[in-house]
Amino acid sequence: MRRKPSVISMLVISLLAFASCAPSTKQVLATGESQVKLRSIQTRAFDTTDKNKMLRTVIATLQDLGFIIDKADANLGTVSATKLDRYNLKITVTVRERGETQLLVRANAQYNITPVEDPETYQQFFNSLSKAIFLTAHEVD
Amino acid sequence: MTLRKKSACFPGFLLLLLFSGCAATIPKEALQLSPESLKIRQIQTKRFDTDEKRLLASSAALLQDLGFNIDETSSELGVITCSKRRDATTPSQIMGAIALAFLGVQTPIDKEQLIRASVVTHPIQIEETDQSVKRTAVRVTFQRIIWSTQGQITRQECIIEEPIYREFFDKLSKSLFLEAQDI
Repeated sequence: MRRKPSVISMLVISLLAFASCAPSTKQVLATGESQVKLRSIQTRAFDTTDKNKMLRTVIATLQDLGFIIDKADANLGTVSATKLDRYNLKITVTVRERGETQLLVRANAQYNITPVEDPETYQQFFNSLSKAIFLTAHEVD
Repeated sequence: MTLRKKSACFPGFLLLLLFSGCAATIPKEALQLSPESLKIRQIQTKRFDTDEKRLLASSAALLQDLGFNIDETSSELGVITCSKRRDATTPSQIMGAIALAFLGVQTPIDKEQLIRASVVTHPIQIEETDQSVKRTAVRVTFQRIIWSTQGQITRQECIIEEPIYREFFDKLSKSLFLEAQDI
């Protein structure tokens, strides 16, 4: 008789545990933030048109931050990297032209099995990047 | 008494699971340059009096010498990514597991590891006027993931041991020399 409450509470809590995680296939197209907001968090514009130099600086910055480079493609302008430090942090950075005078740099990261949507984290990345390339990172609307 | 303790423990444990499952967030310093980052960069970087293409080719050859498989390359950006899967058992862990097995406790031990490395080169301009002298810097980084006998990840880390990097660069100079001699 005394056992009953603990069994019920266990069940309720384990049910809650399952309910709090979104069910599997929903994850395929899931986003936490709105698309527009996410883009503005993850994107900065730089006043340069040297794509190769920007990509090389992105790679050097990622290495400084403890990442190892998984893939890099100069034509597409993408760099993917992984950082292992008890956690597994994956990041992809893309560089593309914006008009005649600027480059757009966008980063998106995944921390273990969750997307990184915290603005401050991306801000720190862009701070490191602009220090490395000696250019200011402009927010993009 | 014991019964009451148990019933208090279980929901608590499940609550812990609930938080660890979904609410893990990224550490604040994950994408911040640490004070040690400059020192680590120095350990992982070396300059050679050669052009980028030759240095990349020599690095690839050395990585093959070391048993790595090349996963990705980009000569335009000077990047090579490679990996190898190797045994991760250590005698001390096995001894420990055997000792515990005598007491009837089964403990998983480290079984295998995936060692990954990326090599990144970038040309250094010394003097604008003299193009004949070519210098290139190379930065290598190693990391590894270890799995236990139960197939779970027990450790994932960046390898920052200075002797490993020193040895790598010693071997790289040798590789450059061998390539120059067409060996």
